[in-house]
Amino acid sequence: MDFYLAAILQALCFTPMCLGIYITLKVFNFPDITTDGSYTLGAVVCALGISNSLPLIVIVPVILISGALAGIATALIHTKLKVNALLSGILVMTALYSVNLSLMGRSNIPLLNRPTFFSFSIIPDTELNIFLITILIISILIVGLNYLLKSDFGLAMRATGNNELMIRSLGVNTASIKIIGLAITNSLVAFSGALVAQFQGFTDINMGIGIVISGLGAVMIAETVIRLFRIESMVLNLCCIIIGVCLFQLVLAFTLSIGIDANLLKLLTSCFVLFIVALPNSKWFKFLNVK
Amino acid sequence: MLSAKGIHKSYGSLQILKGVDLEVEKGEIISIVGASGAGKSTFLHILGSLDMPDNGSVLLNGTDLAKLSTNKLSAFRNEHIGFIFQFHHLLPEFTALENVCIPAFIAGKGRSESEKRAQYLLGLLGLSNRSHHKPSELSGGEQQRVSVARALMNSPSIVLADEPSGNLDSENANALHHLFVELRETLKQTFVIVTHNEHLAEISDRTVHMKDGLVI
Repeated sequence: MDFYLAAILQALCFTPMCLGIYITLKVFNFPDITTDGSYTLGAVVCALGISNSLPLIVIVPVILISGALAGIATALIHTKLKVNALLSGILVMTALYSVNLSLMGRSNIPLLNRPTFFSFSIIPDTELNIFLITILIISILIVGLNYLLKSDFGLAMRATGNNELMIRSLGVNTASIKIIGLAITNSLVAFSGALVAQFQGFTDINMGIGIVISGLGAVMIAETVIRLFRIESMVLNLCCIIIGVCLFQLVLAFTLSIGIDANLLKLLTSCFVLFIVALPNSKWFKFLNVK
Repeated sequence: MLSAKGIHKSYGSLQILKGVDLEVEKGEIISIVGASGAGKSTFLHILGSLDMPDNGSVLLNGTDLAKLSTNKLSAFRNEHIGFIFQFHHLLPEFTALENVCIPAFIAGKGRSESEKRAQYLLGLLGLSNRSHHKPSELSGGEQQRVSVARALMNSPSIVLADEPSGNLDSENANALHHLFVELRETLKQTFVIVTHNEHLAEISDRTVHMKDGLVI
């Protein structure tokens, strides 16, 4: 049971990243691969801050700014140099690997016995304490994002994703929307990396590899739930991301618990994501949706 | 009010516009007609600052669009130019009223002021009872009329329409064409319309024929 509880706690740490992926991919329709790099960047900045005994009140803004800078770099390459969105993200992600390694100076930084977010004690039970802290953080993020997406800026962001030509014709500078949007979403991704680093007790240079696939899988599950129940409310859409990321991590945990080789985990992750992506187009799903 | 002079535009080695001139007076309805590939839509996009010419200038109300920065150009477009496309491009998750309000929200206007103006425009276009419906609950003609209301939201100097009736049946298309004339009468609105529709060209004040990137 603890195994599944750990999966849920990890899922909750992944949630800010999945919220970021949901906004880039589903709200303003930008395929951002920077995630793999900005996730590790957040973890690296967090590890450096904690290992240098900086207070969390200083570390958190630096994490958010580092993620934002990664997002801005991708957006600038795309909007100013007219490089394809996918390629822009890949370029920044690749560059960030070197940046992260240079910042760390080695491939791994342990964070055991250091003060972290999870050192704040709300209740004595350690795991329940982590659960409450992450739920509190996610609640704040969802309230903030819901407000943002309902604001005039959020409206422009959503319209940019829906039809860029139309929203440009209405007088929106879509390049600015993309720059600010990617800054926000990569801040979320970096923050998620920092949460996971604190949860698992170390930062590793390879911790971000393929993370975008996990995020994508969670977002796809959320999308399937949203479509199945025809959820229109933005705040409920964002809440569905929590369901998506928890289900995704529980499936992976179940896969490991039945004794499947851990080396095959990435393959299974890809197959599971493929299944989830294909599900909304299946006859079974359409039958359920119509009924 | 609108003056385009010597507009040239190429994509790679393909020359789309080869020196197009156009003068538009306030309250005019001008149709731009021509075969596919004549450069009509490219020209309209340049008039509306959605694209920039390689050579030539576009002046709207005395402002040279090429001299504005990206941010100023966006704000200018929001304030002075309305667009209607062949497909309505309404946001599916918003009601008709909310869709019409979008240009005002972008301009930073207040919600109550924007909704009042949007309700007035929807009423003017015969859509008062559809204001809280989402695009999927509206007919094709109604969707396009909502997009006309959206184009008029900020009282633009000029409305540019690219095949506005191209996706409508003949009855709805004719109704939309007469709506343009009515709006010109009631609001003194100026329209430049790219169309293949002969009826729309006939009821316009002036028809500009384009062929191979030139006005003929």
